[in-house]
Amino acid sequence: MSPDYLLYLMNAGVQSVQNYLALHVLLCLIPAFFLAGAIASLFSKESVLKFFGADANAYVSYTVAAVSGCLLAVCSCTVLPLFAGIYKRGAGIGPASTFLFSAPAINVLAIVYTAKILGYDLGAARAVIAILLSLVVGISMAFIFERKQQEAKKGIKTFGDDEHKKSAYLFILLLAILITPEIISNGRYLGVIMIVLILITAHFSNKWFTKEELKEWMGETWFLVKQITPLLFIGVFFAGIIVEILPKEYVVEFVGGNALSSNFIAAISAALMYFSTLTEVPIISALTILGMGKGPSLAMLLAGPALSLPNMIVIGRIIGAKKASVYISLIVIISTISGFAYGMYII
Amino acid sequence: MKIEILGSGCAKCNKLKELVEKVANENGINAEITKVEDINKILDYGVMITPGLVVDGDVKIAGKIPSEDKVKEWLTQ
Repeated sequence: MSPDYLLYLMNAGVQSVQNYLALHVLLCLIPAFFLAGAIASLFSKESVLKFFGADANAYVSYTVAAVSGCLLAVCSCTVLPLFAGIYKRGAGIGPASTFLFSAPAINVLAIVYTAKILGYDLGAARAVIAILLSLVVGISMAFIFERKQQEAKKGIKTFGDDEHKKSAYLFILLLAILITPEIISNGRYLGVIMIVLILITAHFSNKWFTKEELKEWMGETWFLVKQITPLLFIGVFFAGIIVEILPKEYVVEFVGGNALSSNFIAAISAALMYFSTLTEVPIISALTILGMGKGPSLAMLLAGPALSLPNMIVIGRIIGAKKASVYISLIVIISTISGFAYGMYII
Repeated sequence: MKIEILGSGCAKCNKLKELVEKVANENGINAEITKVEDINKILDYGVMITPGLVVDGDVKIAGKIPSEDKVKEWLTQ
């Protein structure tokens, strides 16, 4: 490879960082980070965990498993222990698989970033379909592996049961800040409304929460920023390079259009790849530029964050190779089908 | 005194370990501090959200990093 070409590639990577992390994108991610930080620090996760207990009603645990990902697991590294816990200590393989599939797909940061970069249709489709499909995955797993009444040991440890009302109000205020710039396009109104909203939020946060809690919230927010952004930068950088070096013809041939095979290839390759939080978005966007269809994009978005080679190994260790392979096949099949269906619907 | 930090190598788990070591040092507490990284062992304590802190077999906290004062309280009891 000539030095000139290398330099050119570097340039492409930097360009891509500039595009994907442009000011307007960062501006929409900042409130999302604050919201994620608030969820991680102020929201007492224990109150949700009780719905996963061994004696919890099955309908309730499935529903909670499908939607609680956005509250329980802001960072993907917390998903696996929770999965293991629900499986071994609580409601069993069904709700555990539901949670494992939906959690990485519906975290606040992921949805905001997907919508911003890949468009609102894919962003919304990702969230809604992930929730619905997680139920299908969970119920199928439970159906296939009819639970051999394993004794749930000791149960789940919970700590405290805080008042949730205030955190709920805070979440609503932060959501308002997050969404307002998308609704109002007039610059001057937007500025005024945003400032008012931010002031209200700051005022009530001060009133509602102790210094300790606020400190924890800010700490958590900063922690997430530190943890996620460097990897995101790397992902975005390489996404820029991929666009340059990956021949267009291959992409079009393998994952172009909306053939069932394109969706399948997209789903299975995404399942094997490891994406750190949010990096799936620029990578998929790069492939879209090269000619990947909308259906395969969704298939990738569904299978990608839920599975990767390293997490397959951990999942296998937790639930055993047989259950793990059924789970993995289910994800690939379901992602393929939903990508295909979505592609049909869009065209 | 036996102290266990539960957590599969996440950033916060390391931070908790540092905090506990610091408190133990400052207060001259003779403790055996170990890190439990195996998910199954962590689950045996009923902890699903890491990091977790176990003092002499008793789970003190799970899911977040406690304040320094709290750690001191648990260690000096």
